Amino acid sequence: MPENTFGKICRFEEVVHLFKDHQSILYGGFGGIGTPPGLINLILETGIKHLTLIGNDTGFPEIGIGKLVTQRRAKKIIVSHIGSNPNAGSLMNNGELEVEFSPQGTLVERIRAGGMGLGGILTDIGIEADIVRDGKQTVKLGDEHYLIEPALTADIAIVYAEMADPYGNLIFDKTARNTNPLVAMAGKITIVEAKHIVSLGSMDAEDIIVPGAFVDHIIPSKGVDWKWAWESKTEID
Amino acid sequence: MGLGIKDRNRLAKRGAAEISNGMLVNLGIGIPSLVPNHLTHDHDVMFHAENGLVGMGSAPDKGKEDASLCNAGGQPITIRAGASYCDSTVAFGMIRRGLVDITILGALQVSEAGDLANWIVPGSRVPGMGGAMELAAKAKKVIVLMEHCDKKGISKIVESCTLPLTAKKCVHMIITELGVFSITKTGLLLTDIFAACSISEIRYKTEASFTVSDNIHILQE
Repeated sequence: MPENTFGKICRFEEVVHLFKDHQSILYGGFGGIGTPPGLINLILETGIKHLTLIGNDTGFPEIGIGKLVTQRRAKKIIVSHIGSNPNAGSLMNNGELEVEFSPQGTLVERIRAGGMGLGGILTDIGIEADIVRDGKQTVKLGDEHYLIEPALTADIAIVYAEMADPYGNLIFDKTARNTNPLVAMAGKITIVEAKHIVSLGSMDAEDIIVPGAFVDHIIPSKGVDWKWAWESKTEID
Repeated sequence: MGLGIKDRNRLAKRGAAEISNGMLVNLGIGIPSLVPNHLTHDHDVMFHAENGLVGMGSAPDKGKEDASLCNAGGQPITIRAGASYCDSTVAFGMIRRGLVDITILGALQVSEAGDLANWIVPGSRVPGMGGAMELAAKAKKVIVLMEHCDKKGISKIVESCTLPLTAKKCVHMIITELGVFSITKTGLLLTDIFAACSISEIRYKTEASFTVSDNIHILQE
């Protein structure tokens, strides 16, 4: 393990105290790909509940954030899609889970706005759809009408990165990047689970996707402990 | 999905005929995912994935899957030469800016005005819209590949959608196992018909009214 120059590198046990009931948690990942497996397990072990979970989708029942949804740890989710996790749909239909649907591109842009210190975004996406528009302000700029979509931040952001250095500079792997760079910037506390932790200066500064200034804690990953959807041949519907 | 693989491939093949080299194309899950199989192997089409990829290639061989390289449906893929990765906001920037030339997606209902409903059946199936609202509203050309009627035999091409809309007046073309419709300013136009079907059969199975093109194309398969 490289020298812990900034005191950010730690073990899972050292961040347990940060997790509490009723928190909002932003999570990286898309269909479970790029969701930090060790941090999901850690949250399960802490027993915290009544969470507000914010991310692209609800994964699969036993993959990614899906595990927390399946074990009823969330009271509310803000997502674009729940189709690959039937448990999310059942909990929503019987009133146990509040679901705020946000169009996928709008949702990630709201997260980015949160990370960038902005109040929200203007978009015409969903302006004609009741479920998206209801309860939101609209604004006219020039000849165009836009919805005001509020920025999203959270108490904690959990991120999966391919590589981190001791400052928390991050590089991602292929499509496991997805929402992770946005999520990494939008947490009041950002915790990164990284596959590789390398020494300061060993990553090319041109290659870094998220500057370490946004990152508070870095934990070495033990890898994925779930079976991927294609391994069990369940196709997303 | 009630269509057999042969019918699914017929729809995909007709959809593929709309794609030309140099285009940026986004494919939905289900039948649209079969479209690349009907392009030439050396095509120069860039396939876009919402999670953050331009230049998606075919599915990997069994055993060669990479958990970090998947499409928006979570299925393993490969990349082609010239591919690039980005985060999801950038992937959607391309969509909202109108840089996606064609999106091919499934639908629950399409109206004769081109309204699209493809994301929610209130009280029953509520998967969420995912990226469908952006793609339907902003892609230069929106092509729907779908079964002509639902499981109860009710037309999915309707006068006006009864299900909540994904986007209004966005669909340009509908391809079903019976034929192909263009949505024009004056309404639906039947442009192609599969050889095994008749116009009267299509009239019988279609709730919306449509006109038949003067030079209708007969699709052999």
